[in-house]
Amino acid sequence: MKEGNIECNVIDNREIANNIYKITLRGHVLGNPGQFYMVRAWNGLDPFLSRPLSISDIQDKQISFVYELRGKGTKELASIKTEELVQLTGPLGNGFTVNENLKSAVVSGGIGIAPMIYLLKKYHKNMDMYAGFRAEPYLIDECLAHSNNLYIASEEGLGWHKGLVTELINVDDYDVIYACGPEPMLKAIAKMAQNKTMLYVSMENYMACGIGSCLGCTIQTRDGMKRVCKDGPVFDAKEVYFYE
Amino acid sequence: MNSTVEFLGINFKNPVIAASGTFGYGKEYDEYFDISILGGISTKGLTLHEKIGNLGRRIYETPSGLMNSIGLQNPGINRFIEDELPFLLKKDIVILANLGGDSIEEYVLGAKKLDETDIPIIELNISCPNVKEGGMAFGIDEKVAYEVVKEVRMATKKKLVVKLSPNAKDISKMAQACVKAGADALSLVNTFNALAIDINKRKPIFNNITAGLSGPCIKPIALRIVYEVKKAVDVPIIGIGGIMDYEDAIEFIMAGATLIQVGSANFRDIYASKKIVEGIEEFMKKEKISNLKEITGIIGGK
Ligand SMILES: Cc1cc2nc3c(=O)[nH]c(=O)nc-3n(C[C@H](O)[C@H](O)[C@H](O)COP(=O)(O)OP(=O)(O)OC[C@H]3O[C@@H](n4cnc5c(N)ncnc54)[C@H](O)[C@@H]3O)c2cc1C
Ligand SMILES: Cc1cc2nc3c(=O)[nH]c(=O)nc-3n(C[C@H](O)[C@H](O)[C@H](O)COP(=O)(O)O)c2cc1C
Ligand code: FES
Repeated sequence: MKEGNIECNVIDNREIANNIYKITLRGHVLGNPGQFYMVRAWNGLDPFLSRPLSISDIQDKQISFVYELRGKGTKELASIKTEELVQLTGPLGNGFTVNENLKSAVVSGGIGIAPMIYLLKKYHKNMDMYAGFRAEPYLIDECLAHSNNLYIASEEGLGWHKGLVTELINVDDYDVIYACGPEPMLKAIAKMAQNKTMLYVSMENYMACGIGSCLGCTIQTRDGMKRVCKDGPVFDAKEVYFYE
Repeated sequence: MNSTVEFLGINFKNPVIAASGTFGYGKEYDEYFDISILGGISTKGLTLHEKIGNLGRRIYETPSGLMNSIGLQNPGINRFIEDELPFLLKKDIVILANLGGDSIEEYVLGAKKLDETDIPIIELNISCPNVKEGGMAFGIDEKVAYEVVKEVRMATKKKLVVKLSPNAKDISKMAQACVKAGADALSLVNTFNALAIDINKRKPIFNNITAGLSGPCIKPIALRIVYEVKKAVDVPIIGIGGIMDYEDAIEFIMAGATLIQVGSANFRDIYASKKIVEGIEEFMKKEKISNLKEITGIIGGK
């Protein structure tokens, strides 16, 4: 039987870029790249639900999440101090399946970089990394440490490629691509990959239970309705219908 | 002392049932604890044919609760019986088959199929706010409700529990109509019909415009409804609505509920139902209650 709830102490919680935070916790944590936890840093009933966050790193009974400040839940999380408690449920979801013999690229958009750090780290230096940002890039040192080649785009330029990350990659150079980011970005890469290059995408949706019971997070696929939390969050892009 | 409850001649090892739609068909929670420790499970709403459910957003959080618009996504009764039921039948837990439908014929055909299974109880959902034509329409007007309950009653020998909508025009009259039509018991309540708007898009959050509100924000109203309906009818009641802990569960029992269901609380904590079972048992010990009958409906009123 799995132990679903883990109480963790905060080791560190800080802003690493504008509106982007990294929290590191101590606890009996497990998990593979692409898997996530339901995270709650409050005891009151508002916010009611825990928030899904991807594993960004696990090392020596420590777990890190990198999160963007968006609304009530992430604001509560950002206010948590060292040694305070955070409730985790997980690890949840399928995660990435990796074949290390294939020529691989990782593509991220914005906060979609969070799970990709752990993916790069697990498959040391075997992957090229393409990261896109709206403004100031973050987690660059982590990418440098764990990727073969690093390509960065920022919509504001700021000394990097000015524009979108999809302008940097030639998908034909790779056998397989792993992508996480906003849906328009995933859709654009899916179009470029055109069934020639294998593409795995990490999808997002609003979640209630996080374990596959409520059917709140389902998306339409070519193989019927699928739960992002249980059947995903990683899907073969060929299965997914993308919307604008 | 033990927390067993006899309900319509069926033995529940405790009064706690996992509520429909919040517990799937039990498998996912069973990865975390043996669901046999619960008194019962009400399945995700079943319909005669498969339903893919609603498109667009399905979950929206509100202060101390959530709105959902799942739209009764389910594999259909046949596939439920083939793929999901065998697992549940192996568990030592009372199964309530939650039955939805868009028309009286659909309800009747569904009930007939369930009648051939080993499931002891049908929980007739005439109160889902999230399917376009049907569901709730049956739960608003007591004349329509009477018709559907009467027809389903004739289609099955199973114990028949009718799940009422808090959106009914007059909930006590609704309860009386369902009992008159042959309901053995009532479960209440389902979600409250509610609305949320995206002010930036100037549009409703949900494709169906309205959606069902559940969670602790509805508890005081649900409790009042259980109390009122208990006075209006002579059948046992299953209390539902915002139950988060054993204290909430005991409140529902004291208001007149024989059994209770735990819904949204399961999302907040996967062990919520299990903790409620344990809490009730501790409370009975502390208060020297040997059978929950001693406190069922104790606040009186009848
Ligand atoms: C599997 C999975 C993994 C995730 N991993 C990360 C991660 O590593 N780091 C990270 O920063 N975020 C991640 N997210 C997104 C994160 O869960 C949401 O940003 C968070 O729940 C927002 O909570 P909030 O209370 O701060 O905002 P809310 O008040 O809930 O919402 C604020 C704004 O964000 C939008 N929003 C919230 N949740 C979602 C969602 N699930 N999909 C689309 N839009 C949403 C809302 O529409 C609203 O505009 C992940 C989501 C999923 C499903
Ligand atoms: C996501 C979700 C799905 C639900 N699906 C069903 C359903 O299929 N059939 C049904 O009778 N009730 C359904 N319900 C209603 C619950 O069973 C319960 O009556 C309601 O949520 C109130 O209880 P709560 O406040 O404890 O959640 C659903 C509720 C939620 C939150
Ligand atoms: S969040 Fe409940 S099924 Fe995915």
